[in-house]
Amino acid sequence: MKPALFSHLVPTTVQEALEMMGDHAAEARVLAGGQSLVPMMNFRLARPSVLVDLNRIPDLSYIDDRGDYLAVGAMTRERAIENSALVRDACPLVYDATLNIAHLPIRSRGTIGGSISNADPAAEYPATMLALDAVMIAKSGRGERSIPAAEFFEGVLSTTLNSDEILTEIRVPKAPADSGAAFVEICRRHGDFALAGVGAQVTMDGDSVAAVQLAACGVGPGPVRLTEAEAVLRDNSLTNEILSQAEQAASAQVDPDGDAHASAAYRRKLAGVMTKRAVQQAAGRAGGGV
Amino acid sequence: MNDDVRKQTGGYIGQSVPRREDRNLLLGQGEFVADIQLPNMVHAAFARSPLPHATIGDVDTEAARAVDGVCFVASGADVCAELPPINGMQVVTPQGWRDRVDTDILIPDQPLVPEDKVRYVGEAFALAVADSRYIAEDALELIEAELIPLPPLAEAETALATGAVLIHEHLGRNVAAFLHTKKGDGAAAMDACPNRLSRRFVHHRYAAMPMETRGVVAEYDGRTDTLTVWSSTQIVHWVRREISTALDMPEERIRCIAPDVGGGFGGKGHVYPEDILVAWLAKKLDRPVKWVEDRHEHILNAAHSRDNIYDVEIGFDDDGRILAVTSSFLVDSGAYTPVGAGIAGNSIAHMLGPYDIPHYETDCKIVLTNRTPNAPYRGAGRPEVGFAMERAVDLVANHLDLDPAKVRFRNMIPADAMPYEVGLTYRDGVPMVYDSGDYPEALNRALDALGGLDDIRARQKTALAEGKYLGLGIGCYVEGTGVGPFEGASVKIDSTGKIMVAAGACPQGQGHETVFAQFAADMWQVPIEDVFVTVADTGQVTQGYGTIASRSTVTASGAIKIASDTVQEKAFAIAANMLEAGETDLEMRDSGIGVKGVPDMHVTWRDIARAAKPGWDNQRPDGVEAGLESTSYYEPPTVTWAYAANVALVWIDPETGQIDIEKYVEVHDAGLLVNPSLADGQVKGGLVQGLGGGLLEELAYDDQGQLLTGSLADYLLPTASDVPPIEVVHMETPSPLNAFGVKGLGEGGAIAPPVVIANAVCDALRPFKAELNSTPVRWGDVANFFDGATA
Ligand SMILES: Cc1cc2nc3c(=O)[nH]c(=O)nc-3n(C[C@H](O)[C@H](O)[C@H](O)COP(=O)(O)OP(=O)(O)OC[C@H]3O[C@@H](n4cnc5c(N)ncnc54)[C@H](O)[C@@H]3O)c2cc1C
Repeated sequence: MKPALFSHLVPTTVQEALEMMGDHAAEARVLAGGQSLVPMMNFRLARPSVLVDLNRIPDLSYIDDRGDYLAVGAMTRERAIENSALVRDACPLVYDATLNIAHLPIRSRGTIGGSISNADPAAEYPATMLALDAVMIAKSGRGERSIPAAEFFEGVLSTTLNSDEILTEIRVPKAPADSGAAFVEICRRHGDFALAGVGAQVTMDGDSVAAVQLAACGVGPGPVRLTEAEAVLRDNSLTNEILSQAEQAASAQVDPDGDAHASAAYRRKLAGVMTKRAVQQAAGRAGGGV
Repeated sequence: MNDDVRKQTGGYIGQSVPRREDRNLLLGQGEFVADIQLPNMVHAAFARSPLPHATIGDVDTEAARAVDGVCFVASGADVCAELPPINGMQVVTPQGWRDRVDTDILIPDQPLVPEDKVRYVGEAFALAVADSRYIAEDALELIEAELIPLPPLAEAETALATGAVLIHEHLGRNVAAFLHTKKGDGAAAMDACPNRLSRRFVHHRYAAMPMETRGVVAEYDGRTDTLTVWSSTQIVHWVRREISTALDMPEERIRCIAPDVGGGFGGKGHVYPEDILVAWLAKKLDRPVKWVEDRHEHILNAAHSRDNIYDVEIGFDDDGRILAVTSSFLVDSGAYTPVGAGIAGNSIAHMLGPYDIPHYETDCKIVLTNRTPNAPYRGAGRPEVGFAMERAVDLVANHLDLDPAKVRFRNMIPADAMPYEVGLTYRDGVPMVYDSGDYPEALNRALDALGGLDDIRARQKTALAEGKYLGLGIGCYVEGTGVGPFEGASVKIDSTGKIMVAAGACPQGQGHETVFAQFAADMWQVPIEDVFVTVADTGQVTQGYGTIASRSTVTASGAIKIASDTVQEKAFAIAANMLEAGETDLEMRDSGIGVKGVPDMHVTWRDIARAAKPGWDNQRPDGVEAGLESTSYYEPPTVTWAYAANVALVWIDPETGQIDIEKYVEVHDAGLLVNPSLADGQVKGGLVQGLGGGLLEELAYDDQGQLLTGSLADYLLPTASDVPPIEVVHMETPSPLNAFGVKGLGEGGAIAPPVVIANAVCDALRPFKAELNSTPVRWGDVANFFDGATA
């Protein structure tokens, strides 16, 4: 469990980092918090010969209020997001999702850009970004692209980033004033990747659901936007009947695999239960009651 | 009762003396094998098989040898040309056991690195030594080995099927041992039982998983032709013995030390190939060699445990009196069986537990498969058999619609039946006699700690009416502890009058240094600071056994006592000479010996030690040899019987099947508690491991023999935040079998939790007549009971 030989490059500006990635695109990997990449290198499952280390680039770590959305620098630590009042107020689903990520020491190193680029199917941030229609900003020596979340995640540990691109910023739309949000998940142990998790942002109009955004993690090759359950809920009041229909719709939509931790059927069932619970909690926070 | 024993023994035994080991550990001054740095040291790494079963063809090591910084590379053939395999019988069973239990045992030897075939994923087929571990691992990647796949024997039943390939051809079968034993009329009694139930119970594979993995450093000194080996092991004397055999060196020229050890739990309780190979490399290369197992290697290659299948039949009357039990079980031992029939021998002896059951018959097959070798882990055969038996007792209760607690009380051996002859033979060859205890009282106290049986049942009913599911789980066991064959200790008084104690035990965090000092301080009537304890060093005690099997408090205290008695006999003779008094007028007091009733007629151990010295002006009486030291061996007559009642309350989430433990209680009796705070820690640590095994930890294999849980991301250890509220209650019924009334308690905690959880979940799901007869208890399976059902 020792990594194969690699060179360690330490740029201090984004521009420098982009040049290094351009020079070594084929064999280089970006090093962010290292919480996922370094274990893979120790197992020699990842063996980049060049590591471009973003940790000395101060310009990549920020949380900015840009009016309609929050802009979060890719190297912002998960712990900084957890501690940000701005995030809690403007994007409460991102805050709630963060509380479900791993343990404090891991959140102190792990970055939002790393989590999203890594695209672990069970990770909370990819599902959250998908639910909230966030936009990823990717840069390379060739220029800059904005990639909507719906076009960013491709499958297990796979995204539409090109090998010379660096994810620099994530733009998360602010939650509507009268909405509520909740990220609910079930794990075998405290702090583990979820067996199934669902993020919900719900806007109520009196008793009725005016808007709802739902996405799940842990129940497919990537995050899943729960469009079927959203359709069930929209413009309806949250009766037991409707909640149970939404639960079933979510279970029916996802297509999980089984593994040593949970069968496919159990994960499918959990996707429904987590959907119901996330919607109930989010609606409760929206003041809509259940 | 306990206070009487305490008074007799003096001041320290029975006190929660703080651990003397902690100072170093808390200051970061502990030394583990990985911390050892020696000048000119090189690092070994092993190429491990990705296949469960394969013939080894050509192994080309040339490219690996050419890597800069590599100093040695060897294939299995290279190793086998110089070194014999490890004898399969690291642990021998006594004739008395083999006479009384039918056995047919064929344990395979284990090659240090095989040349003919690999037999499990993770078995080494080559090794490299280099200036750093990084370079050694680079070199391993360049070894070209032809591994020609053979059909994998992925589990015990596959290996037993007719026509299955043989894993060790020369044995002619895939069974390392057949065992059979019987009490009363055995299976023949089943016909007469008014009620009978048959079930299959499966206890899955999991492992000790200590925080510190294994590791070995060895240094050879050519000038004196001596080897020093530091191994993270529980049994330094066995390691010395096996190195001596393999390298053909006298045992006394090899010193084996276990420095601080970060957990063992049985997984470090036998000799592994690397213990010998690293010593061999150090001698061959004439450079210190280090190998520290990484976590992936540990999960693949360090012994696994459990992994049993039980087919049980239980016969009982309409009142729930159990009349007969039969069981036929398989132990999946993996590719080798380093501790022989030890685990199965324990299972056979422990099935009847705290119950008075007249008829019993059991047979067992220890099956060789292409899994990692199986060796004892905390509990060693008892959690497995306890799962089968305690589930069966609950099923008897369910069948008759009786409370499981009441069925247990009806069958338990009452306190006034002690000592109780079981009618079976223990692994040490001695007929089993439960020596002391009050089993029903333990269960009563456990239930009381949860509010009492009536209260629990009332709460359960209320919960159910609200659509909530609360369950009570019970698991009781007895445990033979302090097993032989022996332990060694040496006691000396040095010229400063301090008491030097060394014992063959090898602690891994238990606090032996503290506990042994408590014993010695009381035996010598000195402040505990005047006792110096050394453990886990073959240089200090000629023969030792080691710390496995809940044994060291019992066996090492016995050895320290014999050695102390021997030295004290001499000390009294010398003191009598110094004080010009008769020996019968003397007593031990105030760090020395004095004349009874005469306060200033007193000599200290320091005075006596100087008087005892060899040479001019000594003060020994005629005929008394010089020196105050003795090395002695305690051979326990047989085991002492600890026992416990475990209970827990759990809540089930009907939508997800999630299990939440409201409270877990163990009422435990290990005789006199030498150090209550350490005893508490031992039991709690064991409970957490048992809960991990029951709910989280799993070495899962696919049907091709590949391990699916090869890292701690997939092998789920309980963390601090996963531990439920736990209460441990101690009873203290002294054992009549030894001077201090002590019994062993290292393993106990880990025995019952898997069955307690399964019983609790089934109890919560009584409305669905749910049965969970295998471990781990999975939320998904629990959730299934609710699907489509309404309670
Ligand atoms: C024990 C443990 C438990 C965990 N539990 C959870 C959990 O419950 N939920 C969860 O979501 N995560 C969990 N994680 C993962 C954690 O959140 C990681 O930090 C995260 O997935 C990766 O972030 P990182 O900054 O460490 O990225 P790194 O490990 O440095 O990188 C990950 C990958 O992304 C690439 N990358 C990183 N940054 C960029 C970028 N800006 N542009 C392009 N590519 C980039 C890297 O090249 C690499 O391939 C856990 C990790 C551990 C060790």
